[in-house]
Amino acid sequence: MTNLVEISNLNFGYGSRLVLKGINLTVPKGSLVAIMGLSGCGKTTLLRLIGGQLQARDGSVTVAGHHLNDMNQDELYALRRRLGMLFQFGALFTDLSVYDNVAFQMREHTRLPESVIRDLTLMKLNAVGLRGVQSLMPSEMSGGMARRVALARATALDPELILYDEPFAGLDPISLGVIGQLIRRLNDALGATSVLVTHDVQESLKIVDYVYFVSEGVIVAQGTPDQIRASTLPFVHQFIWGEADGPMPFHYPSRTMSDDLGLKEV
Amino acid sequence: MALEATLRGIRLVGDKTLRIVERVGATAVFLGLTVMHSATSFRRFDLVIREIFYAGVQSLIIILVSGLFVGMVLGLQGHETLQNYGSEQSVGVLVALSLVRELGPVVAALLFASRAGSAITAEIGLMKATEQLSAMEMMAINPIARVVAPRFWGGVISMPLLAMLFSAMGIIGGYLVAVVLIGVDDGAFWSQMQAAVDFRHDIVNGIIKSLVFGIAVCAIATFEGFEAPPTAEGVSGATTRTVVSSSLAILALDLVLTAFMLKGWN
Repeated sequence: MTNLVEISNLNFGYGSRLVLKGINLTVPKGSLVAIMGLSGCGKTTLLRLIGGQLQARDGSVTVAGHHLNDMNQDELYALRRRLGMLFQFGALFTDLSVYDNVAFQMREHTRLPESVIRDLTLMKLNAVGLRGVQSLMPSEMSGGMARRVALARATALDPELILYDEPFAGLDPISLGVIGQLIRRLNDALGATSVLVTHDVQESLKIVDYVYFVSEGVIVAQGTPDQIRASTLPFVHQFIWGEADGPMPFHYPSRTMSDDLGLKEV
Repeated sequence: MALEATLRGIRLVGDKTLRIVERVGATAVFLGLTVMHSATSFRRFDLVIREIFYAGVQSLIIILVSGLFVGMVLGLQGHETLQNYGSEQSVGVLVALSLVRELGPVVAALLFASRAGSAITAEIGLMKATEQLSAMEMMAINPIARVVAPRFWGGVISMPLLAMLFSAMGIIGGYLVAVVLIGVDDGAFWSQMQAAVDFRHDIVNGIIKSLVFGIAVCAIATFEGFEAPPTAEGVSGATTRTVVSSSLAILALDLVLTAFMLKGWN
């Protein structure tokens, strides 16, 4: 199976602070791969590097055979037409209706007649179960519905690669299950490849093919969902079972309590 | 000690000055980028018309009412002063020249900056904070071409029209006070105005001023919105900066333009 995304020896940072260190990662065509880790561990940064919104300091990011580091803006935009991205809170255009949000890319990138755009838009909305809300504005919907509309918009042009940034954040259990199933179903139905950044372990392990764990900018573990569940690595164990203390300590590193409270030893 | 404080003061002034110069430069570069990416706005003029509605039509009430009041005050003050010299019949000239040369373009631009400029900044800033601009970039759509340029041109086209309406309402206000209320001769009011106001040197120069103010306000408003930090404080700070910087820019540009217009361009 060929890889749609290949990352090798990637380093990225802001100023002197390295956020990602020596990342090696592959995403085979047709697969659904999750990148997991604690908040602030660098996983969203990794997703933005795959989407070309950030540039690697060292190493290479290759998407569909193109080295992102060597691309100018026009080439990058040409590649992005083959990608779809679901943002953390949907990022729907608030001045456009649900229908216009989904039709947006079709109108911008194609010369399809409005009647065809209408049919395609309704089909996309139907796929996420929201054909009935086409005339609503984003502000009139719940978070879960907005996320589903954003999913319909992300898949509007049948992308080869779909990037998901925390698609489960802030959702109720039912919406969470619906979004999880939609991500898997759309990936398979479209013959797409998906990269999912999340810290929702239980929902992700149900739907993904492979998992990378990132901690403090480094990939610390990887494997299939079954391998991850069976992992004895302390960090993975703590993360999967949601333990309060472990390799990732409960307390952020700081001075001692007695120093902070100004207590003297007797 | 005193030397150190003086040096610190000089450093502070220098630092502030450099920041202001840097900001003006960045705004000019952004203006250049906006003009470069304006092809979409002219190819799909409906995008600009929508912005003319938001920036122009929705500013009509404040512009018309303010124009009326300013004209009335000019009528009152003008009559009060001119009657000392027995020239109260010339009040129409005073009202018209004050409005078309100075007050129309300047006050309309100040009101436009507060009403439409701040709205443009807040809208673009919030689009950035809610990742709508990032989403657009990931769809291979340049946000400067699709979001910034239509708002810029919508504002630039609206500004001279609003300034002309402001002046027209001001003249009506002056007429109501001077002729209807005080009793200045109707014929003298209009005929002296017609004889004294020169189309090229007064009206066209006023339009040129309002066009320049429109460019300045819209460049500042779009730049501040686009560069706003993606937080509530960031957007509110950017909105304030738009109003303050635009007002200062309008007054400074007015001085420069008036000097050139009175002395001739060569």
